[in-house]
Amino acid sequence: MCGIAGLFSKSASFEQRLGDHLSEMLIQMADRGPDSAGVAFYRNPAPTGSSKLTLFSPEPQYDWDLIAGELSAAFGGSNGPEVRASHAVIVAQTDADDAGRWVLDNHPELRVMSAGQAIEIYKEKGDPREFVERFGLRELSATHALGHTRMATESIVTTEHSHPFSTGLDLCLVHNGSLCNHNRLREELRREGITIQTDNDSEVAAAYLTWKMREGSSLTEALESALDDLDGFFTFAVGTADGFAVLRDPIACKPAVMSESDEWVAMASEYRAIAVLPGAEDARVWEPDPGQVYIWEKEKV
Amino acid sequence: MAAAEQTVEQVDLSRSTVRELNQRLHDAADGGPQSWRITHPNGLHAIGAGINAPLELEIDGHVGYYCVGMNKEATVRIHGNAGVGLAENIMSGTVTVDGDASQSAAATGRGGLVVVRGNAAARCGISMKGVNIVVEGNVGHLSGFMAQKGALVVCGDAGEALGDSIYETHIYVRGSVAELGADCIEKELGEFHTAELTGLLAEADVDANAADFRRYGSARKLYNFNIDNADAY
Repeated sequence: MCGIAGLFSKSASFEQRLGDHLSEMLIQMADRGPDSAGVAFYRNPAPTGSSKLTLFSPEPQYDWDLIAGELSAAFGGSNGPEVRASHAVIVAQTDADDAGRWVLDNHPELRVMSAGQAIEIYKEKGDPREFVERFGLRELSATHALGHTRMATESIVTTEHSHPFSTGLDLCLVHNGSLCNHNRLREELRREGITIQTDNDSEVAAAYLTWKMREGSSLTEALESALDDLDGFFTFAVGTADGFAVLRDPIACKPAVMSESDEWVAMASEYRAIAVLPGAEDARVWEPDPGQVYIWEKEKV
Repeated sequence: MAAAEQTVEQVDLSRSTVRELNQRLHDAADGGPQSWRITHPNGLHAIGAGINAPLELEIDGHVGYYCVGMNKEATVRIHGNAGVGLAENIMSGTVTVDGDASQSAAATGRGGLVVVRGNAAARCGISMKGVNIVVEGNVGHLSGFMAQKGALVVCGDAGEALGDSIYETHIYVRGSVAELGADCIEKELGEFHTAELTGLLAEADVDANAADFRRYGSARKLYNFNIDNADAY
């Protein structure tokens, strides 16, 4: 069992409070996944020509200023670090691929949790309620965000094995369920040159979407082909730069509820997590159909 | 006692726990308030599970998993949607949901009536053993899986694998059936079944004509129906 929460703002004023609302949703899902928690926030896009990295160090007193300085020396002025518990967000004056590669080459002790323009991923093993406060998530504004609480079944409990998994630039995935064919698929994806960092089944789903989209699929097409190629149980929520997508496997053992009000669109494993949102009692609430891709995105200007 | 029975007992679940509420509902079998109004259910689990008395319950809002499971005798109305396992193993009484019900509604139910005004998701009436279920909207895949007794009435459409491995439950569907499950076949809607269906629609307060429905049931061809295999059990 795991818990999922996703929240998409439909108004500028709601964006200011999105971190607080997503935190409340995540806390409601804490008993579905008490061993780890994670979030992806889409906020404060990096200016054109630069990119944003979220980095993780298991070392408590890590010198993030040093990393920001080195990135600045390598690529020109950088912003940050904005430190949240064991994570730091740094804006680098280069594209996300270059910045990520630089970190891997020069600081292999660090892990790149996310890379892109707007995405920030924070995740940690431990109680989701403590996670929310330690990372100061309530103060974060964002256009949209995903959260996950984990009760591990397929691999060990570490920060690296927590969700969300980054699936490429500004993309991430959270998963409730379990996949059966992840070992074979992991080998195939690695042969295709896709980087997979853990033995976790959900990371394979994330990597699968990365590969499909690299080969030219749209997110909808990639998710539709996942119905054929991923064997197992899943409710996925996928975060994109503009919004999020939801997909349940056709057997649909794993729950999902969606809801929409004038101010927000929300999805969660259970209605409990939606009930804490303002106006939930008057919002439209429904269960997404199995095997059907649902996507919400900001209107592109 | 007479005065207590006439008043409606109000319970606000944003102030009281489900455990406290359920204990009070269980105690009501020995006397106490018979009419209850529950507010702010907020998707909480197991609201009203295990009632064993002819109580009247009104629940204002969406309920979570296993609402009024094992219900005996009570009449329950939910003004909202219901989560997984609504009225699971219901024994008797009536449970009505104004909105939608998630998967496994009325699973293993032995008696009583469950009415869903909206849609029911997958596995509605899975392994039902005597409960009657009336769904005004659609039901999802694998509804009536291994259904043994009682009736499942679907006024809308049914998803894949309807009535898979069914025993003796009567299934009635007004709309389309995406696919029948193993050993489930269409059967004639005779006089007996028309009367049963008409009665259920009236009991559920649904305005529909029995003649517009098709009936489905067991072909009784699976392994377990063959007397030569009786020794295997």
